[in-house]
Amino acid sequence: MLSDKDRIFTNLYGFHDWRLAGARARGAWDDTKAILDKGHDAIIDEMKKSGLRGRGGAGFPTGLKWSFMPKEVKDRPHYLIVNADESEPGTCKDRDILRHDPHLLVEGCLIAGFAMRAHAGYIYVRGEFYNEAQHLIEAIKEAYAAGLLGDNACGSGWKFDLYVHRGAGAYICGEETALLESLEGKKGMPRLKPPFPAGSGLYGCPSTVNNVESIAVAPAILRRGATWFAGLGRPNNTGTKLFCISGHVNKPCNVEEEMSIPLRELIDRHAGGVRGGWDNLLAVIPGGSSTPLLPKSICDTILMDFDSLKNEGTGLGTAAVIVMDKSTDIVKAIARLSQFYKHESCGQCTPCREGLGWMWRVMERMVVGNARIEEIDALQDVTKQVEGHTICALADGAAWPIQGLIKHFRPEMERRIRARTEKLAAE
Amino acid sequence: MAMITADPKDVPHVASFAFTPENLAKAKAVMANYPAGRQASAVIGVLDLAQRQQGWLPRVAMEEVAKLLDMAPIRVYEIATFYTMFQLKPRGKYLLQVCTTTPCWLRGSEGIMKACREAADGKTFSVQEVECLGGCVNAPIVQINDDFYEDLDEASLTKVLDAFRRGETPKPGPQVDRQTSAPVGGPTTLRSE
Repeated sequence: MLSDKDRIFTNLYGFHDWRLAGARARGAWDDTKAILDKGHDAIIDEMKKSGLRGRGGAGFPTGLKWSFMPKEVKDRPHYLIVNADESEPGTCKDRDILRHDPHLLVEGCLIAGFAMRAHAGYIYVRGEFYNEAQHLIEAIKEAYAAGLLGDNACGSGWKFDLYVHRGAGAYICGEETALLESLEGKKGMPRLKPPFPAGSGLYGCPSTVNNVESIAVAPAILRRGATWFAGLGRPNNTGTKLFCISGHVNKPCNVEEEMSIPLRELIDRHAGGVRGGWDNLLAVIPGGSSTPLLPKSICDTILMDFDSLKNEGTGLGTAAVIVMDKSTDIVKAIARLSQFYKHESCGQCTPCREGLGWMWRVMERMVVGNARIEEIDALQDVTKQVEGHTICALADGAAWPIQGLIKHFRPEMERRIRARTEKLAAE
Repeated sequence: MAMITADPKDVPHVASFAFTPENLAKAKAVMANYPAGRQASAVIGVLDLAQRQQGWLPRVAMEEVAKLLDMAPIRVYEIATFYTMFQLKPRGKYLLQVCTTTPCWLRGSEGIMKACREAADGKTFSVQEVECLGGCVNAPIVQINDDFYEDLDEASLTKVLDAFRRGETPKPGPQVDRQTSAPVGGPTTLRSE
């Protein structure tokens, strides 16, 4: 188990003061100038060495992403954008950072912004997190008053301004280019890539979009060293990670653990175990709603990291573990996700706009077995036609849970269809 | 895909809308967050202010926002019908936004939804089924105006709603004995301090 001294989010649960004084007592903002004095490229190199992979779901190496920004600022300003539009079902980790440790994020923004030669940053907070946004706004105000942000941030000579932008309810705005559109005052409809945001992002200027957690761990990495961070977890899957454990566990919770912790240990140690005991486990969605579920047999031994989960055809995603015990109507659980994606599609691409509604309607029939066996294959086929044929990954996220269900629970789907057919025949 | 609409028969006629001086100042402060010429970026924030002032968003308010931000009215209508937090018709004093996505559903949101529908009278309470609110380890959740009420069951929901009916504001957050997102019974980590 990760020891407390290696934990970054020491006020995860809000037992302590979230304001500047409390954050400073926990080590935030401690000689930030010394970190900035290392220089833009040295910071990026250190981040690369730490092995940090983006915490928003895709797991792209953070240092590498920062290095895509132009090396000098020309006619267009650079922007740092933080994605706090946390809406992936199962995920509620960034919420705790915003409300309980906002200064870790604010300090991280200054460092990341400086590294990518940005003088301004925007934090896009989902609209529903009204109270969380108020804490963040207050933390930013405190940082300005203490000279940590502004014209001469931390006495470094670097000007850095940071703003909070509230959304208004749209899952799609968590997609980075939809977020940029929304930030520009438009509907959150994803943009085609290329051009990538590092070339043409917010207002057509070089921009980098990072998840809250990725930015909030940066100060700790730079203060304690890339070697420390890289020493946690497994190679290519380094560091600590915030896990959200929801669903059928005795004590649902958020917890910061070492990357690559076994799933079973995570659930047993921190979430009080599966309701009714481990043997009562049916399946787990390991990384937020988009990631295909895993049946118990795989959950017994799986490690919670990017590579291990990828090997099983699923993903770490946002590390939001949704646990389902044997009482769960598994087809219904996935059908509800299909409804979610249908609701959240922006409607821009035809395969997504039309396909997700179709998939949801078929899934609702599968719940009650009102289908023919061949329709399972048709459903699988349509998910494959939708996947990879849209501008953004929302449609992929809708296809994967259904593919996971068919892969691991096809017999259950067939059983329902047969049971209904037999019942009708008997009547 | 979801497009926010309202049946015209539910939308009363509102002849005019003007920001109060206080809200106008707040709107200007939101606009100042963006570079010159990029004031359209403030549209969500300024619409939110209009909605807070009026309780919902009549068309005249959208048009006022368009004027303030120098946008074509259609660009503002688009925003108001795309983002689910905008209300296109009047609602009760308290809006019950019930999350029913899978993590909340696994922990009993169906019963919560039913109870909220029964409580909704259109005056004190309005109800809206919403997608994931982002508090899944505290499921099931109902957002009531700006606050999250978490770890609900039908009994604790009734208590919360009764308190609102009496004009009180019950304490938001978990409605069982736990600290925010920590496990019930106390955290398993960070106990050394």
